[in-house]
Amino acid sequence: MASRGLSYAISRIAGSSCMRFRSASSLSDISRQCGRSWGAIRSYAVAAEVDEEPIKPPFDITYTKLLINGEFVDSASGKTFPTVDPRTEEVIANVAEGDVEDIDRAVKAARKAFDEGPWPRMSSYERSKIIHRFADLIEKNNDELAALDTLDSGKIYDQARLIEIPLVTRLFRYYGGWADKIHGMTLPVDGPYQAYTLHEPIGVVGQIIPWNFPMVMFSWKVAPALACGNTIVLKTAEQTPLSSILAGKLALEAGLPPGVLNIVSGYGPTAGAAVSKHMDVDKVAFTGSTEVGKIIMQSAAQSNLKPVTLELGGKSPFIICEDADVDQAVELSHFALFFNQGQCCCAGSRTFVHESIYDEYLEKAKDRALKRIVGDPFKSGVEQGPQVDEVQFNKVLGYIDAGQQEGARLLTGGARFGRKGYYIKPTIFADVQDAMSIAKDEIFGPVQSVTKFRTLEEVVKRANNTDYGLAAGVFTKSLDTANTLSRALRVGTVWINCYDIFDASVPFGGYKMSGVGREKGEHVLKNYLQVKAVMTPLVNPAWL
Amino acid sequence: MASRGLPSLLSRLSLCTSTLSRYIASSPYLPRSLGNSWIANRSFAVTSEIQEEPLKAPVEVQHTKLLINGEFVDALSGKTFPTLDPRTEEVIANVAEGDQEDVNRAVKAAREAFDKGPWPRMSSYERSKIIYRYADLLEKYNDELAALETLDSGKTFEQASVVEIPLVTRTFRYFAGWADKIQGLTIPTDGAYHAYTFHEPIGVVGQIVPWNFPLVMYAWKVAPALACGNTIVLKTAEQTPLSSILAGKLALEAGLPPGVLNIISGYGPTAGAAIANHMDIDKVAFTGSTNVGKIIMKAAADSNLKPVTLELGGKSPFIICEDADVDQAVELSHFALFFNQGQCCCAGSRTFVHESIYDEYVEKAKERALKRVVGDPFKIGVEQGPQVDKEQFDRILGYVEAGQQEGARLVTGGARFGSKGYYIKPTIFADVQDEMRICREEIFGPVQAVTKFRTLEEAVTRANNSKYGLAAGVFTQNLDTANTLSRALRAGTVWINCYDIFDAAIPFGGYKMSGLGREKGEYVLKNYTQVKAVVTPLTNPAWL
Repeated sequence: MASRGLSYAISRIAGSSCMRFRSASSLSDISRQCGRSWGAIRSYAVAAEVDEEPIKPPFDITYTKLLINGEFVDSASGKTFPTVDPRTEEVIANVAEGDVEDIDRAVKAARKAFDEGPWPRMSSYERSKIIHRFADLIEKNNDELAALDTLDSGKIYDQARLIEIPLVTRLFRYYGGWADKIHGMTLPVDGPYQAYTLHEPIGVVGQIIPWNFPMVMFSWKVAPALACGNTIVLKTAEQTPLSSILAGKLALEAGLPPGVLNIVSGYGPTAGAAVSKHMDVDKVAFTGSTEVGKIIMQSAAQSNLKPVTLELGGKSPFIICEDADVDQAVELSHFALFFNQGQCCCAGSRTFVHESIYDEYLEKAKDRALKRIVGDPFKSGVEQGPQVDEVQFNKVLGYIDAGQQEGARLLTGGARFGRKGYYIKPTIFADVQDAMSIAKDEIFGPVQSVTKFRTLEEVVKRANNTDYGLAAGVFTKSLDTANTLSRALRVGTVWINCYDIFDASVPFGGYKMSGVGREKGEHVLKNYLQVKAVMTPLVNPAWL
Repeated sequence: MASRGLPSLLSRLSLCTSTLSRYIASSPYLPRSLGNSWIANRSFAVTSEIQEEPLKAPVEVQHTKLLINGEFVDALSGKTFPTLDPRTEEVIANVAEGDQEDVNRAVKAAREAFDKGPWPRMSSYERSKIIYRYADLLEKYNDELAALETLDSGKTFEQASVVEIPLVTRTFRYFAGWADKIQGLTIPTDGAYHAYTFHEPIGVVGQIVPWNFPLVMYAWKVAPALACGNTIVLKTAEQTPLSSILAGKLALEAGLPPGVLNIISGYGPTAGAAIANHMDIDKVAFTGSTNVGKIIMKAAADSNLKPVTLELGGKSPFIICEDADVDQAVELSHFALFFNQGQCCCAGSRTFVHESIYDEYVEKAKERALKRVVGDPFKIGVEQGPQVDKEQFDRILGYVEAGQQEGARLVTGGARFGSKGYYIKPTIFADVQDEMRICREEIFGPVQAVTKFRTLEEAVTRANNSKYGLAAGVFTQNLDTANTLSRALRAGTVWINCYDIFDAAIPFGGYKMSGLGREKGEYVLKNYTQVKAVVTPLTNPAWL
């Protein structure tokens, strides 16, 4: 998750100084220099279960209210909910709890801002300038936003501040650039008529984002919706409300008119449901579980038929072919699964290894997992923080139990790490069979399922034998293999010899029950536009 | 409905021979000159209620079975259902009644054809050649297909043979040309990565078409889905199964491999629901009522989250501005509503007339309606045939009653025409108020609701005050008015000084509860493709 995800995570291990990334002149420099360090020695990287005092983050919590119509307000009910530090299981802050009434208020503000306000009526150049200013402010507040995400979610602070928040800035700049390039078409027709299309903003957009990459998901949703001239009601995840509230403040500072971006903290069954059912919300975009995605689409169908974009679960295969360098394959597949505590919708959670290198792979994958540094995510050098909350923590441990009961071979890990916080030991199961729940269900944690294959045909069939179709990894040197697999895999993203390379311009989304529609790139724009065809007769046309 | 709908109808009125109007329809330059015939003398066009023997349709019904896996078969249950001639209320033929298990068989055939068959694996050039051949065969069988349409639906034969079936041919040729132009993108990224997209066929496509334009709707659905390399399970409307079965036979003749196009006759709650709920259908496209559209989307959400395209109801405004030539406005707004017995999703069913010309308009609109020739749709010169079936017939008469009860002024019509068949007199209500049911609900019949407005701002507010947003008509010579209204109206199509101009290249679809997505043009292709991003690292790239 992030355009330098892989290279960054690996280089951190080998180079052990985060500062060097700050001085890298471009993303590609970092990618290149890190790409070569796959085989580097990681002698110091030993997991330790020492209980230390949690590191105090370098920022205070200032913003905990709802952002409605350009103002920070309490919820209509006056209620708040606690957001918890997953390192300590203690309360960080009490946040205003938005519910149906607050969504109504937010929609009313967004409706007014769309129907009467300046936002869709200003020139696209003006809109683009405001979005660019917003990007500058996010960049300026990079470390504070990163700290909030780490505090709320347990993700590695260096990952948040060196990869995620810069990617957020990048996303807003990318879509700042699209704002004045939303072109319709003029169309050749069969008779003397002039026909053209207007690509209009769709209106009030409802967006519901998850907790695993709070600010990155904020940017994937908010940036293109703003670029297209819409107004927004955004519901954040109850686990991670803090960074979005600060971002909302920065949006106002950048000059976004009141009511254009409304941010409601709260729970799915209350505030989230109110967004998806609302008769005055013109579109809904959701990222989260497949189960909730179905509810969102049902609500859209039952209410006003708002179009739906869904970015849902996955059980993505990572296929290591016969010709692979095993050391590199181990490192990349390790990253593909364990990145962000395994909490990625596109995690490479089914590792298919060719039988000829299977035993060697297992041994080395185990070594690598044992060396993974678990600990306080604010500590430099740590690779894995706690899971986001108790629900997830218990769910992951439940799957570990199930894996053992169903007869998979536990290679390493398989238990809680330490005594406090939601930490879990990096876990690998070998000899996993396709019918086991750990090979079928999304675990969303640091649990790798490894399985053996013989032929490409077999692996394609097994890789595709799932309800999901979000992403796939392919590790091979053979061009024929790469071309064959990239067509045959029924998934929205194929990473060949890389993984989790996110880039503002590359579309992301799922086949099958991994979702509907695409985000990022040019493709996302159509989610936030209506197409209007306009026709009029031509009098004495010079050409047709 | 049809790229030359208006002119060809008008030409029929003034020129009165079908060979001539066919010639006219084939010339792209003639519509303009025919535009001048708006105010032509229509002295012969007098409505008469004489009951004659229905003309014998120039076609024999030969094909009544289901098309599954390249073969015409009976329903598994052995059941059939009658399809009726709306002129006589008598049975035309008994047609195999597809149900859930027939849909299952069809999906299995389509799945096999997609997963293993030649269709997605042949070159796009080969696919395009088959689709072009198919278009040639449709053209060859033009009059036979048209006669089946008229027999089943009651639409005028000339409209079907001169406008609709040629448009079907045109649509297949248009999308045949797209087949080898479905291009992905290569994408510049921020790092040393090679990224590109495939726009792949989405798989097995379920399509459900309505009865008002059976083969045109067939073409809008089938042509782009085939061009993108998908396989299809199509359910036709129970009122109008016949033409699609013949079209299916022609598809086989054109060389479409078995299982690529499966056609099921049957009912919505049985066969239609089986498609929308099917776990092995990868996409569903539906044209029909908003109520059923909601059921389709909910079924998609409940089952496998298949993406949904919906083309639903409308209550489209036709706005006649202060500067309009009243005679021309009367003719065009009459056409916008009464075309195809008023059975168009995009019918201009709310006529907004500026107060300065309102009285003159109402008087002339009444005259025009009184001159509308109602009668046997096979008879040359007839403008309006029967409604499609008894249910529609009763529903429309119910709305006529409601209009009177709610206090609208009945200007003309308002009753059954003749004593046999589902004929209704062309009906106009004046002084219609926005909250009346005839101004809010889709009537889908020959009932025009006329209302007065004072300012453009008022017309926009009232025109947009609808849950629908399919189309709008604007009648003005003022460029500012045209530009203002074309942006302000929340509708998927705006026809300025024309109406029902359909063209293969122009997208069609609704805002709000008129639907999701667009059909026709380049836009429809994304409904039938999945986007896959492929990313791989670059070694020593010459440029980025």
